[in-house]
Amino acid sequence: MSWTVVLVLSLGAFLLKVFGFVVIGDRKFPPHVEAVIALIPAALLCALIMKDTFTAGHDLQIDARAVGLVVAVLGVWRKVPIWLVIVLACAATGITRAIS
Amino acid sequence: MDAQHEHAHEGVNYDGIVGPALALGFAVFIFAISFGVLCVNAGGSVPKAMAMSLLVFTGASQFSAVSVIAAGGTAVSAVVGALLLGSRNAIYGVAVAPWLPGSLKYRVAAAQFTIDETTGMTLVQNSPARKKRAFWVTAASIYGFWNVGTLIGALVGNSFDTQKYGLDVAFPAAFVAMVAPLLATRKAQLAGIGGAVVCLATTPFLPIGAPIVMSAIVALIALVPTQRKTQST
Repeated sequence: MSWTVVLVLSLGAFLLKVFGFVVIGDRKFPPHVEAVIALIPAALLCALIMKDTFTAGHDLQIDARAVGLVVAVLGVWRKVPIWLVIVLACAATGITRAIS
Repeated sequence: MDAQHEHAHEGVNYDGIVGPALALGFAVFIFAISFGVLCVNAGGSVPKAMAMSLLVFTGASQFSAVSVIAAGGTAVSAVVGALLLGSRNAIYGVAVAPWLPGSLKYRVAAAQFTIDETTGMTLVQNSPARKKRAFWVTAASIYGFWNVGTLIGALVGNSFDTQKYGLDVAFPAAFVAMVAPLLATRKAQLAGIGGAVVCLATTPFLPIGAPIVMSAIVALIALVPTQRKTQST
């Protein structure tokens, strides 16, 4: 994690916020553009979940992380508090690694 | 907040803002501690983790960038993926701007705090005065909890063996918690499934991190009309 990444990301994230709030401001985005932007988080977050659970470099693999993911999904589905979801998911993976 | 002291609120009722804002702050606090731990373990440092939370200040993007770097991804894919994730803040800006009029300096400052939580809290209020108050109270709560949490996580982060305690799973667990509220519509569910498939399908041959960027293309399904009259023939 270089300072370049930190600073470019800081500037980019800020410019996106300013673009909507100040540049577009009281006007509107074209509805199609807004609809596409609104769907990006769902696609990207699910992609990140896959990457962080089922990939190692360029390889696809199922390991102890999958156990943690199952626990996280169950916890969020059952509306367990977020802090407990994260703790339980990590613990599930840690325990799976310890016993396998 | 306001340049002048408000001696009287002229009958405006500000109840029900501080409590929810603090509750949101506490939820964010947990994410922030996780972020601090994961950031220093991905080769970050306490100053870098703090710079991210103070300056980037949009949680999903920060997690995304650190997740890609931690996996060995390129700087470009880490930044592009995170910025795609942050593009929704531009929509939020358009949504809250009418309720936060002021000088250019004021609006540029307010823009930095335009994220999921402040936008949500602002839009549910029923009067202009309450909307403005909710935006700034929530901004203060989230910014405070987010940065204090990041500092705590970053300071203790290096004392954990992330593999041993399964802390690497804090990434997908946090992403699950973030995405769940978004999957309310059919299209969002399809976008989520599509993003997951694109990521797994392109991982073997694209540079690490690039599948995350590629998955955003699935959002174009928003352009497909929702009516499906022709399919029933």
